[in-house]
Amino acid sequence: MAKFDHNDDSLVVIIGSGAGGGTLGNELAQKGIKTVILEAGPRYEIADFVNDEWPSFAQLAWTDMRTTSGTWQVAHDFPNLPAWIVKAVGGTSIHWAGASLRLRDWEFKTRTVYGHVPGANLLDWPISLAELEPYYAKAEFKMGTTGTNGIPRLPGNNNFKVMAAGAAKLGYKEVHTGNMSINSQPRDGRGSCQQIGFCFQGCKSGAKWSTLYTEIPKGEATGNLEVREKSMVVRIEHNDAGKVNAVVYIDADGNMQRQKARVVCVACNSLESPRLLLNSASSKFPDGLANSSGQVGRNYMRHTTASVYAAFDRPVHMYRGTTMAGIIRDEGRNDPTRGFVGGYEMETISLGLPFLAAFLKPGGWGRSFTSGIDDFSNMAGMWIVGEDMPQETNRVTLDPVAKDKFGLPVANVHFDDHPNDIAMREHGFRQGGAVYEAVGATRTFRVPPYPSTHNLGTNRMSEKPRDGVVNKYGQSHDIPNLFISDGSQFTTSAGVNPTLTIVTLAIRQADSIAGMMGRNEI
Amino acid sequence: MMRLIDRLPRLGRRRFLRGSAGALPATALLAGGVAVSATRVWAEDAKALKPGSAVTLVRVARDIYPHDRIPDIFYARAVLMLDAAAVSDNTLRDLLEEGVMRLDADARDRFQSPYLGVASESDRVALLEAISAGAFFKKVHGALTVSFYNQHELWPRFGYEGSSAEYGGYIHRGFDDIDWLPKS
Repeated sequence: MAKFDHNDDSLVVIIGSGAGGGTLGNELAQKGIKTVILEAGPRYEIADFVNDEWPSFAQLAWTDMRTTSGTWQVAHDFPNLPAWIVKAVGGTSIHWAGASLRLRDWEFKTRTVYGHVPGANLLDWPISLAELEPYYAKAEFKMGTTGTNGIPRLPGNNNFKVMAAGAAKLGYKEVHTGNMSINSQPRDGRGSCQQIGFCFQGCKSGAKWSTLYTEIPKGEATGNLEVREKSMVVRIEHNDAGKVNAVVYIDADGNMQRQKARVVCVACNSLESPRLLLNSASSKFPDGLANSSGQVGRNYMRHTTASVYAAFDRPVHMYRGTTMAGIIRDEGRNDPTRGFVGGYEMETISLGLPFLAAFLKPGGWGRSFTSGIDDFSNMAGMWIVGEDMPQETNRVTLDPVAKDKFGLPVANVHFDDHPNDIAMREHGFRQGGAVYEAVGATRTFRVPPYPSTHNLGTNRMSEKPRDGVVNKYGQSHDIPNLFISDGSQFTTSAGVNPTLTIVTLAIRQADSIAGMMGRNEI
Repeated sequence: MMRLIDRLPRLGRRRFLRGSAGALPATALLAGGVAVSATRVWAEDAKALKPGSAVTLVRVARDIYPHDRIPDIFYARAVLMLDAAAVSDNTLRDLLEEGVMRLDADARDRFQSPYLGVASESDRVALLEAISAGAFFKKVHGALTVSFYNQHELWPRFGYEGSSAEYGGYIHRGFDDIDWLPKS
């Protein structure tokens, strides 16, 4: 396994090891490019994961202090937990559910298709679906996505069967167990899904794709990739010419280290990535790195989400089997006659008893609450995930007061729902409830958003430097050897789960970086 | 046929006492296990709280999360976890003791009885609602959300089967065995 010197200035340094950073690291290593990944969290293996919601949360979740503001309900329900993401090698690709959907053609050009939406900072992506299609294909092959490459879809569990039966009654047409990066048959050295449940707690069978046990060990096997766990980057440094040349981090023993770099790629998820750029402000870049547009941290998107759970007179046992292998796609279209632009998906979801108690009605108590919990075994559940509007004022900033244990300002996450988000959520609640009522639900529950798992847009792609932070390759407009490699580069959120697109962009970015390095452009 | 699980597994005293909530006081063993009347015995073993306060908190816990299928011992265990946290946290202990005192005072004002003696659940709930924005209620409610529902021995009573990987998941144990949906 590679071990690189702190003074080696020929390296690509990637900050973060999740879907973006972990994939990019492997792709570069496969091309013979020497790469270091610095990961803030520790390295677990599959055997360490636990099928127990609270202990797993304590093991995996990023629980370092963050603050919230704005009118979104998460700020009220979970004021110091705006996001439910992972701090560990493999990042949130440990926690993700596996849903792997391509953005649709029009979702790359929403400013053009939707027109001006008051209050929204819509912008077309500087890239089209056609340009990304070859890379989507590579990502689906890499991840073993069901419903692509001749890979059969997963079998449907009880929770899916309830949703599908209701969907049929309502006349929905595009209903199946999804495009899931979870093996439905043995593939790529990993076994097939055992219907364990607990997809959010780290897959105990390894059937679900995660960079932890796919990209990262493959990259390490080349001898070109070193992954340093428990290495929290606190600052990116630059030279007099304005190119980044090193990152400063706190290592596992609490010592400050400085790693020289030829190229730096930021892949810390959409809260920490802008925080790091802002915390790296210097006399040359007083507003933070890559921030001449003022867009770093802005346009924070978290998808319009909600859940609908329903109780029936007979058992469902929704938690048995793959958590999110079930989807209704008919509402994914853009049809402004519904009262909002953009679309949403309905996907199966389930929680165990401990998390249902925490999330069914945050703050709830008394018999109206507990009678719902009493129905646990007779419940079905779905998650609504749809496009949300980018707004300049929804943003990650440095908290003026709260500091982390290294004395650095923590991220404040400000979010207000856009009227379009509210209209879409209401529509999803209504349709989701109708799906279940069509097959005899005796009670439906409208469950507000969980802490955000999809965090997007805070270093967005733009054609023009004044409109965003990075270009179509994720390369910052201001600093040519500084890249963004996570979901923060999304120009708009689209109405589908983002991980497949994050992986796709990382594969493409590796090609771009290798080309630029080969031509000595960076 | 759907594979259902026994909502009331035999809960032998030894197994129960080896449960996930940690070591239990020895007197609980002597008291003969899981009967409702055990609550007061448990309360005697509170380390930080006055016994009377612990008993009141068990009643408060049930009024916050009333599940008629669940015996008092599960509420008592959750309260004893709060008590254990208060052993090394005087601020928490004071918050709880003062909260119980205030609740009893409110109960005497409105119903001429301490909280435990208020017979009607709706009257007790009204007392809790009146303090539900305060630090005492928020602390007790927030702690219970985790410590009450996270008791593994509680889960089968709600039909939740818990960890499944060690049993090979549900692929051969009913992940798709629903049998009552309408034929489409």
